[in-house]
Amino acid sequence: MSKARTERAFFWLMRGATYFIVLAIAYIILDIVRHGLPAISWRFLTGFPQKSGAEGGILPAIVGTSCLVIGAIVAALPVGMASAIYLSEYARQGAFVRTLRLAIVTLAGVPSIVFGLFGLGLFVLFLGFGASILSGSLTLACMILPTIIVSSEEALRAVPQSLREGSLALGATKWQTIYENVLPYSLPGMLTGSILGVGRAAGETAPILLTVAAFFLPKLPRSVFDQVMALPYHLYILATQHPDVEKVRPMQYGTALVLLVLVLGVSLGAIVLRSHFRRKYRW
Amino acid sequence: MTANSPSEVKIEVEGLNFFYGPVQALFDVAMRIPARQVTALIGPSGCGKSTFLRTVNRMNDIIPGARIEGKVLIDGRDIYANGTDVVTLRKKVGMVFQKSNPFPKSVFENVAYGPRIHGAAARPALAEIVERSLRRAGLWDEVKDRLDASALDLSGGQQQRLCIARALAIGPEILLMDEPASALDPRSTARIEDLIGELRRDYTIVIVTHNMQQAARVSDFTAFFYEGQLIEFGRTKQIFTMPREKQTEDYITGRFG
Repeated sequence: MSKARTERAFFWLMRGATYFIVLAIAYIILDIVRHGLPAISWRFLTGFPQKSGAEGGILPAIVGTSCLVIGAIVAALPVGMASAIYLSEYARQGAFVRTLRLAIVTLAGVPSIVFGLFGLGLFVLFLGFGASILSGSLTLACMILPTIIVSSEEALRAVPQSLREGSLALGATKWQTIYENVLPYSLPGMLTGSILGVGRAAGETAPILLTVAAFFLPKLPRSVFDQVMALPYHLYILATQHPDVEKVRPMQYGTALVLLVLVLGVSLGAIVLRSHFRRKYRW
Repeated sequence: MTANSPSEVKIEVEGLNFFYGPVQALFDVAMRIPARQVTALIGPSGCGKSTFLRTVNRMNDIIPGARIEGKVLIDGRDIYANGTDVVTLRKKVGMVFQKSNPFPKSVFENVAYGPRIHGAAARPALAEIVERSLRRAGLWDEVKDRLDASALDLSGGQQQRLCIARALAIGPEILLMDEPASALDPRSTARIEDLIGELRRDYTIVIVTHNMQQAARVSDFTAFFYEGQLIEFGRTKQIFTMPREKQTEDYITGRFG
C-alpha cells in the first residue's frame, strides 16, 4: 500500500476509535434518559422515600450525595493543591521525593473497597466519627487526592521557568513568585483534576458503603455527624436487594439519571470556571 | 588583572570559584567593577560569563547543586555572607534576561509587579512609578494608550524594553543584562544600545554579550572570560586596541570563539 493510503487508513482507524467512544457514551446516556425520564417528577425529586424506597422520592439521597461531594472537594482540593505546590516548587528532587510520587500514583490504583475499609477503620472507628458525612467525605477525599495532586503538579510544571526567574530577579520571595506568577496560570489544570475527582466522588459506592450510607433514612442530615443516603448506594440497593426488583426499575433509572445530571452539572460548573480562568490568565 | 578604575568601585569580586555540583565553572575570578559605568563581559560560548553575571544577584542560588567559594562585594559588603537578605539584594541589583520574559499580564501589571511585591499598593503611586520606568526605558510613547493590553502582544524589541522598564521600576543601582539584544533585529538592538548609553548616567551596568562590536560600542570597561577564567580586564579602548594577553588578542581578532 502506498504511504498516503497507509496514512489515511490509520487516520480512519483513530477516527473510528474516537467515534466509537462517543457513541458508547451517547448510548449509555440516552438509555438512562429514556428509562429514567418517566420516573422524574417533582415528587420524586423533592419527596422522601416510602415503602423501603419503592415509592416516594429521593431527596435525602440527592442531598446526601451533594454533601459528600462538597465535603470531599473541600477536604481534598486544598490538601491536593498544597501537596502539588510542595512537590513541584519546594521539595528537593531526590530519591525521597521520587518515592513520594510513586506512593501517590500507587494510591490512585487502590481499589475503592479498600478505601472503604480504610475509612471504616480510621474515621468511623479509630477517630470515633462514626458512620457520618464526615467519615464518608474524608474517605472519598483520600480516594480522589492522587488525581488532584497529579494533575495539579502537571499544571504547575507546565508554567515556564522563565516566569519564576523573572519574578525572583525582581526581589520576590519564592512564595510571592508562586502566588503571583505561577499559581494563576496553573489554575485551569488544577480545576481539571477536580472535575475528574468530583465524578469519582459522586459515583463511588464502596467507600461510602462502609462509612456513611444508609439505605432508608427518610430525613435530611442536620450535622456532619449524621448518616445519610446516597444516590449510588440507593441505586445499588434498588437494583439488587429490593424484594421486587422489576417494580422499582423506573426508580433505578430515575436515580441514575439524577446522579448523572448532578455530576454533569458540577463538571459543567467547573468547566465554566476553568474557561473563566483560562481567559483571565491567558499565557 | 587590575585596571586603572575610576574613583568608585561598585562590585568587587575576590577569589571567586563557582561549581555546578562537581563541575567547576569559574576559577579564581577577581575583578573590580566601577560604579556608573558599563562593563561588558565577553568570551566564547560556555566560558562562564553568564554564570558570573548571575552570581552578582545570587540567581544561581535557585540551581540545585550550585556552590560558590570566595567573595562578591557590593558597596563593600559580601553578598554571600551569612544573613544576607536576598530580597533586598535583588531590589538593588536588577536583571534583564537574554530571552525577554514579559509576564502574561498587562503592560501596567508587568512594570508594577516589582513595586507591588515590595509593598507599594496605592494605584496612583504605582501609576507614577510605571510611567517613570516606561519613559526611562524609552517605551512610554508606544504603550501609553494600551497599558492594560497584554504584554504578550508587544513586538520583540518592545518586550525587551518592557523587561528593562520592569527592572528599573524597583529602583536598582546595578543593572545586569544577559545578552539583552541577541534575540532582536538590528534596529531594536540599536535602540537598546542607545538606552544603555543613557542609563549609564545613573546605573552601574554589567552586560554579557557575544557580540564584540556591541561590546566595543557600548561599554567603558571590558572583561574577557575564557573557560571559566578571567583572562583580562581593562578599559574597553585598551582591550580592543592593545590587549595585554595573547588569548584576548586571538579572540578579538576572531581567531577562535
